[in-house]
Amino acid sequence: MLNVLDETVNPVEPFLRSDRMPHIWCPGCGIGTTVNSFARALIESKIDLESLALVSGIGCTGRVAGYVKLDSFHTTHGRAIPFATGLKLANPKLNVVVYSGDGDLSAIGGNHLIHAARRNIDLKVICVNNLIYAMTGGQTAPTTPGHATTSTNPYGTFEPAFNLPHLVDAAGAVYVARWTTFHVRQLARSISEAFAKKGFSFIEVISPCPTLYQRRNKMGDGLDTMKYYKEKSKVKNGAPTGEVGLTLNGEIAVGKFVDRDRPDYQTMMRAQYVEALGDRYVDVPDPEESDMECVCG
Amino acid sequence: MKADPHGVLTGTHFMDGDHACCEGALAAGARFAAGYPITPSTEVVERFAARVPTVGGTFIQMEDELAASIALQGGVWGGAKAFTVTSGPGFSLMMEHIGYAAMTETPCVFVDVQRGGPSTGLPTLPAQADMMQARWGSHGDYEIIALCPNSPQECFDLTIRAFNLAEEFRVPVMFMMDEVVGHMTEKVVIPPADQIEVTPRKHTHKSIEDYLPYATNGDLVPEMAHAGEGYKFHVTGLTHDERGYPNMTPQTQDKLVRRLQNKIRVAADRICLFEEDRLEDADVVVVSYGITSRVAQRAIDAGRARGLRVGKLRLITAWPFPDKKIVELAARVKAFVVPELNLGQMVREVERAAAGKAKTLAVTHAGGGVHNPDEILNAIVEASRC
Repeated sequence: MLNVLDETVNPVEPFLRSDRMPHIWCPGCGIGTTVNSFARALIESKIDLESLALVSGIGCTGRVAGYVKLDSFHTTHGRAIPFATGLKLANPKLNVVVYSGDGDLSAIGGNHLIHAARRNIDLKVICVNNLIYAMTGGQTAPTTPGHATTSTNPYGTFEPAFNLPHLVDAAGAVYVARWTTFHVRQLARSISEAFAKKGFSFIEVISPCPTLYQRRNKMGDGLDTMKYYKEKSKVKNGAPTGEVGLTLNGEIAVGKFVDRDRPDYQTMMRAQYVEALGDRYVDVPDPEESDMECVCG
Repeated sequence: MKADPHGVLTGTHFMDGDHACCEGALAAGARFAAGYPITPSTEVVERFAARVPTVGGTFIQMEDELAASIALQGGVWGGAKAFTVTSGPGFSLMMEHIGYAAMTETPCVFVDVQRGGPSTGLPTLPAQADMMQARWGSHGDYEIIALCPNSPQECFDLTIRAFNLAEEFRVPVMFMMDEVVGHMTEKVVIPPADQIEVTPRKHTHKSIEDYLPYATNGDLVPEMAHAGEGYKFHVTGLTHDERGYPNMTPQTQDKLVRRLQNKIRVAADRICLFEEDRLEDADVVVVSYGITSRVAQRAIDAGRARGLRVGKLRLITAWPFPDKKIVELAARVKAFVVPELNLGQMVREVERAAAGKAKTLAVTHAGGGVHNPDEILNAIVEASRC
């Protein structure tokens, strides 16, 4: 069992597949930092790890699923949310976390992000936003701020970027927060708060990609980025999400933007079925109590 | 094990193939479906949406077929038997996730009620032109199983078989209906639950410490665990070792991909079902499947009435292809006649397996209707002269 008082053991180690280390992330990358905050939130919230499943898509952040010692699913590009939806609906007792990147969740998976928020599926979505497609070499993402230089916009981007908190707020998420990888404790607290809520929670973490984004945009190394995050972040709890869009090298609004209650998908589904079907409605059984037999020895 | 009686609508019914497919899925134990509306398949999930809340399961209409085809796999890893239903354009969108199911060995069923293509094609009219897509549509090397019902009764019976094969081999099974079979209404007899065999999930009995998600025990099919049971396993579409961990070596790739292929190939004789009639003295064999087999029947009967020695081989399993049966027949017949609602798909397999030992005549049809039996009869007459 985890001993958080024993200082000779890294408290995060029991959450990781140590046999898969070293990981693939670059020096200065922020993804590992977010995993650390995630693990600390699990400790803080006393989450039962056996009923916790983590689902990732494809990309640098998509690799998180492979490093956590949980039931973990590394799915296809953009489809972590619909996979997680099926997992949660088939086994409502599971706590399901989606952990993926900005390109995966908001470009190729953007439609699923909107609809899961609209349905208010009980998922905790952690979106590590490095403002770029990193795994494939630094191409423009829907989140890349205007005028940034990328490998596919070598003369600077000119597309407007997605403001992700605004998007999921409009679609109906019950909890929306943003932090940077400088805000490790605030991030852990937000993740804990999301676990306490039932419904679609979305936490965006602005994270450096020193190899491809910071370098190409002459923003220095990992340490310089931490200084930027420290100096340019402004806590704006409750800020209207329409006002928290990001600009190149500009201010980063952080904090908890949305925290509201509305019934989640499965609660609404049960209520509707009970109203329409009465006693004829049969709830999804607990898988452990089902009569699914085993055939192998 | 026997079917859960809650899902079995025992009795004699008058229902169409789409509804019979849904009843087959419920009888087989399917308790999760994710779908997206598309003609001519939607009736399957419409019925499922009405029935499943009364038997302890879930239907969700997703935002597109990409979502439906991966949500169902989340359902499987959550412990449910699951399927999705679509037609050509949706089937095209699902291809990546057929590959994901093959790679991660997720047992599930994809129902494709075929309509005319390419692209939007003929939404309400039949074709059988997704047969090669079912086999080869996702990238990379893999094997799947595909079944072809030719009546509403078979839509019921073979849907159960599709789920059973999916569980036994941990493979995505393609259920290749066509618009006519889907919308044709006939007598469907649903037996009592205690007369329906269903294959349970190949769930591991191993302890958490001893469990390796992709280790096999002689039969090439690994044992499964579900999320939430404490196994803390990892599933990835990347090339992976027995622990389920990504491993990018040619050796691991070779071992994994050959096993994915071999687990089906070594069992092909057991998987392949076909119906044969009057093959003993046949010079000509009509090879057909799905709705076309019922049109071919008339041509075969007409040929026999004319004194032609023509027999029937109906493919119930399209994939794996019954090579052995074709090889055996090719050694003793003059020719194969292969009518299908496409411009020549399964006929290529017949020709390949026959390997020049018997002639092969395609009777093509671009879809939108069924063959005139005379077209098939003419081919039989021509083949008899070979």
